[in-house]
Amino acid sequence: MKKLLQICLLLIPLTSFASAGIELESADTDLSDSKSLANGAKLYVKYCLGCHSTKYIRYLNIADDFDLEQNNVLKDIAPEGAGIYDKMLTAMNERDAKKWFGTTPPDLSLIARSRGEDWLFTYLRSFYIDTSRPFGVNNGAFPDVGMPNPLWQLQGEQIAVFKKEHGQQVIDKLIINEKGTLSPEKFDEAVNDIVSFLVYAAEPSQVQRRSMGKYVLLFILLFGIIAYLLKKEYWKDIH
Amino acid sequence: MKSKHLNACGNWFINRFPLTKLWNDHMAQYYAPKNFNFWYFFGSLALLVLVNQFITGILLTMNYKPDAGLAFDSVEYIMREVPWGWLVRYMHSTGASAFFIVVYLHMFRGLIYGSYKKPRELVWIFGMLLFVALMAEAFMGYLLPWGQMSYWGAQVIISLFSAIPIIGDDLSLWVRGDYVISDATLNRFFAFHVIAIPLILIMLVFLHIVALHEVGSNNPDGIEIKDSKDPWGHPIDGIPFHPYYTVKDIVGVAVFLFFFATVIFYMPEMGGYFLEHANFIPADPLATPEHIAPVWYFTPFYAILRAIPDKFAGVIAMGGAIVVLFLLPWLDRSPIKSIRYRGGLYKKAILLFVISFLGLGYLGTQAPTATATIMARIFTAMYFGFFLLMPIYTRWEKTKTVPKQLTNQPTIEDRIPGWIETANEMVKEVEVEKEGQTVRQKRPDTAGIGKVLLRTAKNIKESLD
Repeated sequence: MKKLLQICLLLIPLTSFASAGIELESADTDLSDSKSLANGAKLYVKYCLGCHSTKYIRYLNIADDFDLEQNNVLKDIAPEGAGIYDKMLTAMNERDAKKWFGTTPPDLSLIARSRGEDWLFTYLRSFYIDTSRPFGVNNGAFPDVGMPNPLWQLQGEQIAVFKKEHGQQVIDKLIINEKGTLSPEKFDEAVNDIVSFLVYAAEPSQVQRRSMGKYVLLFILLFGIIAYLLKKEYWKDIH
Repeated sequence: MKSKHLNACGNWFINRFPLTKLWNDHMAQYYAPKNFNFWYFFGSLALLVLVNQFITGILLTMNYKPDAGLAFDSVEYIMREVPWGWLVRYMHSTGASAFFIVVYLHMFRGLIYGSYKKPRELVWIFGMLLFVALMAEAFMGYLLPWGQMSYWGAQVIISLFSAIPIIGDDLSLWVRGDYVISDATLNRFFAFHVIAIPLILIMLVFLHIVALHEVGSNNPDGIEIKDSKDPWGHPIDGIPFHPYYTVKDIVGVAVFLFFFATVIFYMPEMGGYFLEHANFIPADPLATPEHIAPVWYFTPFYAILRAIPDKFAGVIAMGGAIVVLFLLPWLDRSPIKSIRYRGGLYKKAILLFVISFLGLGYLGTQAPTATATIMARIFTAMYFGFFLLMPIYTRWEKTKTVPKQLTNQPTIEDRIPGWIETANEMVKEVEVEKEGQTVRQKRPDTAGIGKVLLRTAKNIKESLD
């Protein structure tokens, strides 16, 4: 009985997850969809690269891994003047960044591995108007974040509807106040493409890793069967 | 003609080196009990993982840079630019966790079958030294990727030295080589991780095996097979290690590799347990992560540390949790080795110990809330109670009669039909309408599941007596 009680007590922390920020929406990334990835890279360069580098990725990687011509990558995706062997570095220098944002915007090469794709997807969709913040916006997934909404032209302006929970103001939902250039569905798709690109950037070898896994497992299985038969043969006279 | 020369070459070598003797003493004529079960795979698997860590470690060293400014980038360089670097790195990182899984199971085997008892105390001591060296190896290796968790984990653990009265601060300064974890720390940890500790590990593995082969392996019945010998002087219940256990261990290797490869290729982060999410952020001495947790294999000991309100007492308790394991051969006063013939009291004690160890392991990964701290204290008391009360309760237990010779227990192969039958009991066939046709489908059966659960619970209760 005491043991049972202990086990029940152990389970308590599992049920009461304190939720900081809003609930996460699921991203739907597909690393075999090179069109989505290429679009994500393009949007990333246009809206994110201004401040955030992705220093472990070269434009050549994008051409190779997304099945694109090198010239097309330079023309459509890379910023003006970038070479194919260049890393995806930001043009903003550290001193300016410190002056404008108080800190250097982090490199995003591994952000999908430290934050997770669902968090990124939710974060990019959760900016809302908050005039008390220096950039006029706040974020539901990352309260008091120190950056403006990079995608406001596409998404439009969102406002937050609050509700009271346990005596604290929490965000109930976010609604579009002023329309952007994309419809909400198209905007979600665009965000999903950016997240896909970041998931790729965090571990470019993951497609190869997953695709070769089954062959390795099959080999080990065959090896195991042969090993088992060998063992049975040797052990048949042991009683 | 050719083979004659080859033979001559071989003889030249054998006349100068006791290769035949070594081979016979440790493989072909090393008699091992014939009834090794599932639990006996983990010794050879630990050796396999050790070799894996050595080979992948050497390959990683070729591209890794032990420099606070370059370390993080060089790991990503290995993951992206070095051909097959990602595979080698995942084999090494997954291997670290696999090492602890295998070693914990190996130690648990020793615990339930009394493999630490006379005459194998020294085997246990060398094994425990191996465990301590392995923890040092893992701890220092974890700093090398120079991520946030690497950095702050090391910061927290090394700051524990400063809890020692009088010399504490100077000692932690001496260990770090700086006032905070820095390039100096990274370099010395690299030296220890790559040279010093691997040498110690190799030496201890050698001593562990030599000591084991001197006294002979224990077995699930806890009987000395050397006590009953055939007219030729071989143990009746013994079989030569080679070829019998070499071929059997290869099957174990295949099963292990299947799980190992599944993790490497499909879930190398293992949900943040094998590679922690925060470790993909470069080390930043100015930004403390909100929740610092060690890798899963240290969490039971970390939970003990946090459970004690006083820092120095916590450090003592954490060290004590490992020191008591060394004393196990002398704490256990029962003359019986194997759990099969020991009293219900000891079985219940082991069950409580397992619950406390797993509970502490879980709590060590969680943020320390008030409830969690109370639970951790209860589990810590259970953990130490298991060891420190052992001299008392092992005298009380009512043991069973130990047979003279090894018993025959059903093997895994023998049990499979029974498992399939049990699985069938838990499902029932239902007729379902599907696209106009009636198909018979298997659905879970609540009554059947209840019956099986009840039976299992009864079996567990009985086996605890």
